[in-house]
Amino acid sequence: MSAARRREAITGYLFILPWLIGFVVFVAGPMLFSLYASFTDYDVTSRMKWVGLDNYVRLFTSDDLFWTSLYNTGFYVLFAVPLGIVTGLLIAVLLNQRIPGQRVFRTIFFLPKVLTGVAVLLLWLWVFNPEFGPINTFLRFIGVQNPPLWFSDPTWAKPALIIMSMWGAAGGYIIYLAGLQGVPRHLYEAANLDGASPLRQFLSITVPMMSPTIFFKLITGISAAFQFWESALIVSEGGKGGPSYSTLFYGLYMWQKAFTDYQMGYASAMAWILLVIILIITALQFYVSRRWVYYEGEVR
Amino acid sequence: MTAKPEVQAQPPATVLSRPTARAVSTLWKVIAFAALCAISAAILFPALWMLSTSLKVDTQVYANPPVWIPNPLRWANFSEAWKLAPFARYALNTTLYAAAVVFGTVLSSSLAAYGFAKLRFPGRNVLFSVLLATMMIPGMVTLIPQYILFSKLHWVGGYLPLVVPSFFAGAFFTFLLRQFFMSIPEELSEAARVDGAGELWIWWRVIMPLSTPALATVAIFTFEGAWDSYVGPLLYLNDERLYTLQIGLQFFRTATVVQWQYLMAAALMVMLPVVILFFVFQRHFVEGSSISGGLKG
Repeated sequence: MSAARRREAITGYLFILPWLIGFVVFVAGPMLFSLYASFTDYDVTSRMKWVGLDNYVRLFTSDDLFWTSLYNTGFYVLFAVPLGIVTGLLIAVLLNQRIPGQRVFRTIFFLPKVLTGVAVLLLWLWVFNPEFGPINTFLRFIGVQNPPLWFSDPTWAKPALIIMSMWGAAGGYIIYLAGLQGVPRHLYEAANLDGASPLRQFLSITVPMMSPTIFFKLITGISAAFQFWESALIVSEGGKGGPSYSTLFYGLYMWQKAFTDYQMGYASAMAWILLVIILIITALQFYVSRRWVYYEGEVR
Repeated sequence: MTAKPEVQAQPPATVLSRPTARAVSTLWKVIAFAALCAISAAILFPALWMLSTSLKVDTQVYANPPVWIPNPLRWANFSEAWKLAPFARYALNTTLYAAAVVFGTVLSSSLAAYGFAKLRFPGRNVLFSVLLATMMIPGMVTLIPQYILFSKLHWVGGYLPLVVPSFFAGAFFTFLLRQFFMSIPEELSEAARVDGAGELWIWWRVIMPLSTPALATVAIFTFEGAWDSYVGPLLYLNDERLYTLQIGLQFFRTATVVQWQYLMAAALMVMLPVVILFFVFQRHFVEGSSISGGLKG
């Protein structure tokens, strides 16, 4: 290696040093530590006690709340992710038409991405308020005798959270819009000449051409939905997981185990089970994607 | 002259269907416009409800049927809500915290991004793949060991655990900036190198000034993330004087009997800086060029 090349290499390492240190100290190190901790009994203050597979065995065989939280999270993933993708894609397709007021619509639809945090969750609590909230007032107005109690009802607490997530997903249209604008116009022109209906065009041109974007959103969306829990912490009274544990999501249960009960080893085992679940689902997605994701220029 | 009726007698099918095609397309646009209006209403509705509630007197808050335009408009809700908890202190804490995080993130991720985009060194591609892979790791896996680390360092209870990691270049923003830096022509850096400039100088005087759209995106997202973050401050701050606005809001809800008009007024004020930021940089966001450019890679 020449002196110049060596100097460039050293400079390069120095530039990425902040990331490299951060990776070791805040990602890789903690992950290894967490893997080790998952085989121990540990409460931060006392010494770690090696217990082997005990935590994992307990989780799978004798912890009902673990399965409840896994079920709740699965339920949320199953509904929130597809509905979110459909919402974003639908809005993007509508916005991609030559329609007056586009700029105003784009601004409005981006609003959910801006309005976040505790403030908005408190707003939703008020919107879903069983007695005085506008949703139930409206439902009573159109003749529903006993509208749902939403966050106070085990059956309706999760649907309420999914409705909230769809509202938030509206802001996701931006990524689809960028993808849509990359679809060659001549495909639609040819389809128009053949007299294909808008729905037919959507299914035969838009979806295949957008499949890489949809795939990206599916991977990231599923991973994010598996980690959904902060809203439940704020929305459910006292952050305990709502009525009859109906909003005890996986992350919320892990949070309780770690920072309420200080069972750090047990919670670490939960974290690793989650990581494995996400990895398996992502790998499956990549495997299945070969059948439906279409990349332009790819020889088939 | 005589040919004309003949052409009309046997027109191609597409020409015949053109008026109907136009009608279908107009109809489709009307449907699309109506759908856009309906979705807009669904999106705006909660926000307007919040605004409306924040201006009501308490009797109107619980009125049935609901009142949409309060009468009188009670602006005093805002000043009274602000005084119910030490929000001025929370606001100062949150501002300083967000500013530190933005500074740390922009500085460290742009340095790392420059290294990955513009400099050659052995193992660069492997390390970059590692960086990409870390984006897939759930934050929950590192949450517990990081807490243990900070508690061993005796940092729990203050802002250090919330601020220090931002100085070590997160994967997503490093990736986003690296994509942007790659698009800057190498000739500019070469010219500076010929003049004897060092890499640090080139990063600061050539690359950074040309990257303001990308840097602004990183800064805005980071600011919003810090301003809205709840779990981190909840976990690490236990002194009431150090609370951020988000923690303040939540405690304000549980500690007092819920008075929705005050709660909505306070929530609106807490959201305001992010909303203002959005409207100032609206074009940037809604066009989405730098965001999608980074994601499409």
